[in-house]
Amino acid sequence: MDFSFNEEQQMLLETTRRLIAKDYTFAQRMNIRDGSDGWSRETWAQFADLGLLALTIPEDDGGIGAGAIGAMLVSNAVGEGLLLEPFHASAIVATQAVMQLGNVDQRARWLPALAGGETIAVLAHDDANQGVGVEATPSAEGWTLRGHKHAVYHGDIADLLLVTARIQGGKELALFALPADAQGVTRHGYRTVDDQRAANLAFDNVSVSADARLGGDATDGVQAALDVGLAALCAEAVGALDRILAATIDYSRARKQFGVPIGSFQALQHRMADMLMYAEQARSMSYLATARCTDADAGVRRAALSAAKVSIGQAARFVGQQAVQIHGGMGMTDELDVSHYFKRLTAFELRSGTTDGHLRGLARGLVGK
Amino acid sequence: MDLDFNAEENAFRDEVRAFLKAHLPTDISTRIGRGDDSQIAQDIPRWQGILHEHGWGAPAWPKAFGGTGWTTTQQYIFDVECALADAPIQLPFGLKMVAPVMMRYGSQEQQQRFLPRILCGDDWWCQGYSETGSGSDLASLKTRAVRDGDDYIVSGQKVWNTLGQYADWIFCLVRTDAGAKPQQGISFLLIDMKSPGVKVQPTRLLDGTHEVNEIWFDNVRVPAANRIGEENDGWTYAKFLLGHERTNIAGIGGSKRELQRLKAMAAARELDGKPLLEDALIATRIAQVEIDLTALEITNLRVIFDAEQKKAPGPEASMLKIRGTEIRQRIAELQVDVLGADALAFDGHGDSDDVPRAMADYLNLRKLSIYGGSNEIQRNIIAQMILRLRG
Repeated sequence: MDFSFNEEQQMLLETTRRLIAKDYTFAQRMNIRDGSDGWSRETWAQFADLGLLALTIPEDDGGIGAGAIGAMLVSNAVGEGLLLEPFHASAIVATQAVMQLGNVDQRARWLPALAGGETIAVLAHDDANQGVGVEATPSAEGWTLRGHKHAVYHGDIADLLLVTARIQGGKELALFALPADAQGVTRHGYRTVDDQRAANLAFDNVSVSADARLGGDATDGVQAALDVGLAALCAEAVGALDRILAATIDYSRARKQFGVPIGSFQALQHRMADMLMYAEQARSMSYLATARCTDADAGVRRAALSAAKVSIGQAARFVGQQAVQIHGGMGMTDELDVSHYFKRLTAFELRSGTTDGHLRGLARGLVGK
Repeated sequence: MDLDFNAEENAFRDEVRAFLKAHLPTDISTRIGRGDDSQIAQDIPRWQGILHEHGWGAPAWPKAFGGTGWTTTQQYIFDVECALADAPIQLPFGLKMVAPVMMRYGSQEQQQRFLPRILCGDDWWCQGYSETGSGSDLASLKTRAVRDGDDYIVSGQKVWNTLGQYADWIFCLVRTDAGAKPQQGISFLLIDMKSPGVKVQPTRLLDGTHEVNEIWFDNVRVPAANRIGEENDGWTYAKFLLGHERTNIAGIGGSKRELQRLKAMAAARELDGKPLLEDALIATRIAQVEIDLTALEITNLRVIFDAEQKKAPGPEASMLKIRGTEIRQRIAELQVDVLGADALAFDGHGDSDDVPRAMADYLNLRKLSIYGGSNEIQRNIIAQMILRLRG
C-alpha cells in the first residue's frame, strides 16, 4: 500500500499546472472559449512540446510511458484548469486505441503524429449509449461504412477518426482509421454544455481500404482504451471538484452577510464538510479507477471503473450543486469560474456511461457474485 | 501509488486469518455472529486472554508495554480480519482509551499497576465522561471531587456508561476547581468500582438490552494517587484520549461482514418468485452502499498511509467516523428492509437466526452517529480544523 507519487509523476502534475497558471488562467480561458475555434492551438502545441501528448505511449514507441498514474495526475490538472483542448479524446483514448489495436506499421504511422500534436484523433464509439451505430460491409477496395455516431467529443476538429463498426451479418467489432475529410463523412459539430466541442458523425457509404482496419476483433482493444480513458476522465473530475470546493470555501470566508462571513454559519459549515467528504471519496475512487484500469481481468476493470464513475458522478452532482448554492446569485453567473466547473462536472456525469447506467450495471452484477 | 497490500502485509493477513481459524472459539464466534450478547461478560475477557497468550493482547500498544508494536496498517488488517471472523470486540475502554493516557501522562507506578491487568483481561475498565447536562458540551461536567488529605471525595452522576455493570475500574472526568473556566477545572481520576458509595443503575435501551448505565458517586473516597497527571489538567488528557487511535474508527471490517450477510439475506428471500437480490430497487440500494464502502475503505487506507508517513492523523478521522457510521447504519437499515414484516418479531424467536438480530442491530446502531462525538460535532471539527472556517 502506497499513496505517494514518485518524482517524475509529481513533475508531470507540476509541469501541467505551471502551464495552466501561466497561459490558461480563468480569464485567458474565457478569451479562448470566446475565440473563433473555442480552444487553443497554442496550448495544444505546448502540450506536445512538453511531451504530454505522448504521456501514455510506451518509451519503445517513442513516448514517455507515464502510464495510468501519469494520465491521472495530468488529468487532475486538466480538470483544475477546465481545459478545452482534445487532450482526453486524442492523447488518451484515441492514442490508447492505436496502441491496443494498431500493427507495427499503423503505430509507426500515427503515434508520432499524435504525440507531436500534428494529428488530432478521436475514437468514435458509442458514448451516447446509442450502440455502435455503424456497419461495415466488405468491398472491392476493403470496406464500406454506413451509419451514425453521436456526441463524439472533439469529433468536429479531429483529423483522424477511429470508427468502431459491426461487421455486416456478424457480431464482430472492427476498428477503422480514416481521415475526417474522407468522402461520405458528414460532421455536425456543436458546443457541449461544458464549452468543449463535439460532433454527430454520419457515414454515407464511406469507402476505406483494407489496411485502414486496426487489428481483428476490436472488442477487447476498444474496451481497454475506453477503460484507461474513463480512469483519466474520473481524474479530470477530481481536479474540477478540488477547485470548485476550494472556490466555495474561499467565497464563504469573504462574503459577509449580517456583518459576518457566511462561512461562520453552521448550516453552511456542515454543507461544506459534506462537500469535502464527497470530494475525498471521489479522490479515493479515482485512485481505484487508475490502479485497476489496466488490470488484465476485464471484470476487475469493469467493477472498479463503474464504482468509481458512480461515486465520482454523485460527488460531481452534490458538490457542483452546493457550490452554486453557497455562491448564491453569483454562482449563477457566467462571470465566475464556479458555474464553469459546475457545467464541466455535469458533463462528466453524463459521459462514458451515466451514473445511473453504471449503478444499474453493478446492481445487476450482484447476482451470482 | 499502489492500492494493494505488499507481500509482507499479505503475509501478515494470512497469519491473522490462520490464528483466528485456530484460536477463535466457535461457540464465541457463533454467538457474536447471531448478535447474541448474553455472555459477553465471559466472552470478552476470554478472548482477550487468548489474544494475550499469543502476544496479541494489545495491537496498538508499543512493545515496551507488552503490546505488539504493530504498524497502523497491521492494526487495520487485524481489526478487519477479526470482524470478518465474528470475533468479539476487544474492550476499548482499557486498551484504547485509558491505557494510552497512562502511557503518556500516568506515573510509573500507575503504569505498572494497571497496564498488565488491562493487557491480560483481568481488569474491565469503563468510562465516566458524559453527564445528564454534559453531552457534546462535555467541559460543562459537574461531578465534583473535593480534596481531603490524601484523597478526593467524589460526588455526582455519570450517564451513558457502557458495560460498567461488569467493570472493575472507571476513569472519570471530575471537577476539581469550580471557580475556573470550564476546561481548566477538570481532573482525570481512576476509581475502583468496588469503592463504597459507587452505585450502578441500568439504563434500558430501545433494543431491550442492558448496555449502558448511570453511575452514581455518593461521597466516594478516591486516593489522590489515582489521579492522572496534574490536578485541573484533566481536559488535556481527555482531548489526547479522544484524538488517539482513530485511524481504525471507520469500522470497515464490521461493515464488510454485515454487507455479506445482507447479500445472503437478499439472495435467500423471494419477491414475485425471484430472489430479492434480483429486484432492481433492492439490488441498486445494495450496490450503492457497496460502492460507498469501497470508497471509504480506500480513504481509510489513505489516512493510515498518511499517519505512517508521520503526517499526524488529524481531523481526517472525523470523516472516517461520519462515513463509517453512516454506512454501517445504512446496511442495518437495508437488512430490516430486506426482511420486511419478518423483522417485526422481536423476542428472539423469529423464524431464522438473522431475524431478531437485524431489527436489534438497526435500533442499537442508531447510537453510532451519536456517540464518540456526534456526527454533527464531527462536521464542526471538519469545518473548523480542515476547512479552517471559524464559528
